[in-house]
Amino acid sequence: MTEAFRPLGGKLLTRHFYFMGVLVLICGYFLVRRFVFGIGDVSHLSDGFPWGLWITYDVVTGTAIACGGYAMALLVYVFNRGQFHPMIRVALLTSVFGYTLAGASIVVDVGRYWQLYNVFLPQYINLNSVMLEVALCVTLYTLVLWIEFSPAILEAMKANRLLRFMRHILFFFIGVGILLPTMHQSSLGSLLLIAGYKVHDLWQTTIIPLLFLITAITMGYGIVVFESLYASVNLGRKLETPMLAKISAIIPWLLGAYLVLRIGDLFLTGNIRAIAEPGFEPWLFLVEIALFVFAIVTLADKYHRTRPTILFWSSLAVVLGGALYRFDAFMIAFDPGPGWHYFPSVGEMSITLGIVAFEIMAYLFFVKKTPIMATEH
Amino acid sequence: MNIDRRQFFKVMAAGSAVAVGASPVQARPCKTLPPDAIGILYDANLCIGCKACEHACKDANDMPISGNGPIDQAHGVQGAWDGDDDLNGRTMNKIKAYVAEGSRTALEDPDASFIKRACMHCIDPDCVSACPVSALTKDTFTGIVSYNPDACIGCRYCQLACPFNIPKFQYDKTFPQIVKCQMCAPRIAEGEIPACCDACPTGASLFGRVEDLRVEGHRRLAMQPGERVEFPLNQLGGKTREAEAKKYLPHLYGETESGGTQYLMVAGVPFEELGMPPVGDESRARLSETLQHTLYKGMVAPGLLLGGLVYAAYQHTKEDREDHPEHETSLTDERDPKPESRDD
Ligand code: SF4
Ligand code: SF4
Ligand code: SF4
Repeated sequence: MTEAFRPLGGKLLTRHFYFMGVLVLICGYFLVRRFVFGIGDVSHLSDGFPWGLWITYDVVTGTAIACGGYAMALLVYVFNRGQFHPMIRVALLTSVFGYTLAGASIVVDVGRYWQLYNVFLPQYINLNSVMLEVALCVTLYTLVLWIEFSPAILEAMKANRLLRFMRHILFFFIGVGILLPTMHQSSLGSLLLIAGYKVHDLWQTTIIPLLFLITAITMGYGIVVFESLYASVNLGRKLETPMLAKISAIIPWLLGAYLVLRIGDLFLTGNIRAIAEPGFEPWLFLVEIALFVFAIVTLADKYHRTRPTILFWSSLAVVLGGALYRFDAFMIAFDPGPGWHYFPSVGEMSITLGIVAFEIMAYLFFVKKTPIMATEH
Repeated sequence: MNIDRRQFFKVMAAGSAVAVGASPVQARPCKTLPPDAIGILYDANLCIGCKACEHACKDANDMPISGNGPIDQAHGVQGAWDGDDDLNGRTMNKIKAYVAEGSRTALEDPDASFIKRACMHCIDPDCVSACPVSALTKDTFTGIVSYNPDACIGCRYCQLACPFNIPKFQYDKTFPQIVKCQMCAPRIAEGEIPACCDACPTGASLFGRVEDLRVEGHRRLAMQPGERVEFPLNQLGGKTREAEAKKYLPHLYGETESGGTQYLMVAGVPFEELGMPPVGDESRARLSETLQHTLYKGMVAPGLLLGGLVYAAYQHTKEDREDHPEHETSLTDERDPKPESRDD
């Protein structure tokens, strides 16, 4: 594990970068409106759909996509697969931004943000609340991620003494950094348990925490593979195909377990009958399953796993399938009763897009200016 | 992949244990009604839709009446009638009319009915269980579920959780709050009764101890249509009036719904048709808390897992802890000598 990490270098202010900048500015405009005139001014959120795109994408899906760091840490530190160590920093980088910006978007979504610190005050906290656990774990994990990521920054700053100290205590934060996502990624699913009948039968189940956990880890591996391919194409790096082939070999196992649990549970509870009901929900369910089956079929084959194009499409399918699962459960197949409809407004979409654009800008800044990417051999 | 199967299943099993915990059979017991809990019995058969209760509610809670702008202007009046058609960020209590499909007016329809919507003050409230900062609390004595804006962070999880879709949020405000009926807790503290029951001319909104209201509810369900009966007005044990009983369907709504509620209802039309949601008899809070607490009971499982994870991380980061002076200096010496300029 002694590989050296180097900044990529290169120009930062490219056309892409400016484009992202424009998206961030548009986002800023809507943010100002949201904070001056209230949430109703920029969003289509309502009393029937109190949670919309912001929670579903920025928090529930965004943090799952940001599980790359968690998934890789599991592999390197729990399964002792040191060979993947070179990929850990990039994975951590996306996790850091995914979680930090999820935290930032909570400030936008929550109605009484100036009181957010109440979740830390002992006189207010409610230990029965799944939301409390999610809030505390996500906050803590964001901090832990920055600590885990700090060696890269310290190296860039050449703060050698601090760096040596960090190296000695880091194992503890690595341990915490695996526990916390295990807890809150499953709890993100548990959030829906209390919503009862409002969540469609095909998604409402007592094993939802387990389903969310498995898909979060799988999406973590998916995004690591996807991002590495992206970096190779767009940042002119060598393809890391042999390593990606090994990582993606885990995906069929995880998705297989997920499908057995999910479909088995639907049969056991009898909720599978909802698949025959009219409406578009059964189709959404089938698309989710199809995306996962596609990834399983392509990635189960050793030869396919070494082909970048196939890796690209199947890792994308994993991420999209997991994202669709979350969107369906929280938003699309969510039904609070007759008379309520929801489709995200331009303002909501602009704010979410701006946050994603900001994430990509920060990613580019860090890979170019700080030692994140491992040196190519 | 060289993670062997055994290891894979071991980890999956550990993960499932953490994610789902032991089986939810040892569910926590249902919460029970505080002995002196108070509530409201709404009788759709007595209600005449006069909305005096709505008006009194707005008055008691300092809520603005929402006028119908164009009509108000045309007639030169303001706020003459409440324009909102459902509970919302300025309405805690709403009377709605039900007319069977096909009939144009209530007069044409012998089965027409009113229905009153407000917080049901559940015995085991999902909203209280959901709220991360205890902004919603259930009074241990009266059982009233009330809201504290100083605690609330506005996450709106209570809205998602409430099976009756009751808590409303002020989406139009810069500094919004959650809005829902709190059974006029301040009035009750002063020995008065909720404003809606106080204002109701027919006894359709009736205040009392929940135990007594249940008895009263069942008395009504047993009434023969057409017989003349005494109905209490405003509150149990006070004034009464005589009226002709209409046909009641044998269902005391709220006796079991969502684990029981302190707001009870009787009607002559099925409650599904009156727009009451399909909540079931079990409080979801119970399921959610049971799952959550089996997982994190005494933080034992997470604690053990953390121990194992930290140990594993310690074992597998040995090399990182060895000092590599060459490595650190290498960074200062040859920091990417000529970064090729790359475009993305
Ligand atoms: S009806 Fe809804 S808001 Fe009222 S106590 Fe029950 S769960 Fe809470
Ligand atoms: S919106 Fe307020 S009252 Fe409702 S759950 Fe969130 S913090 Fe609690
Ligand atoms: S005041 Fe009484 S009769 Fe009038 S609408 Fe309200 S509940 Fe019905």
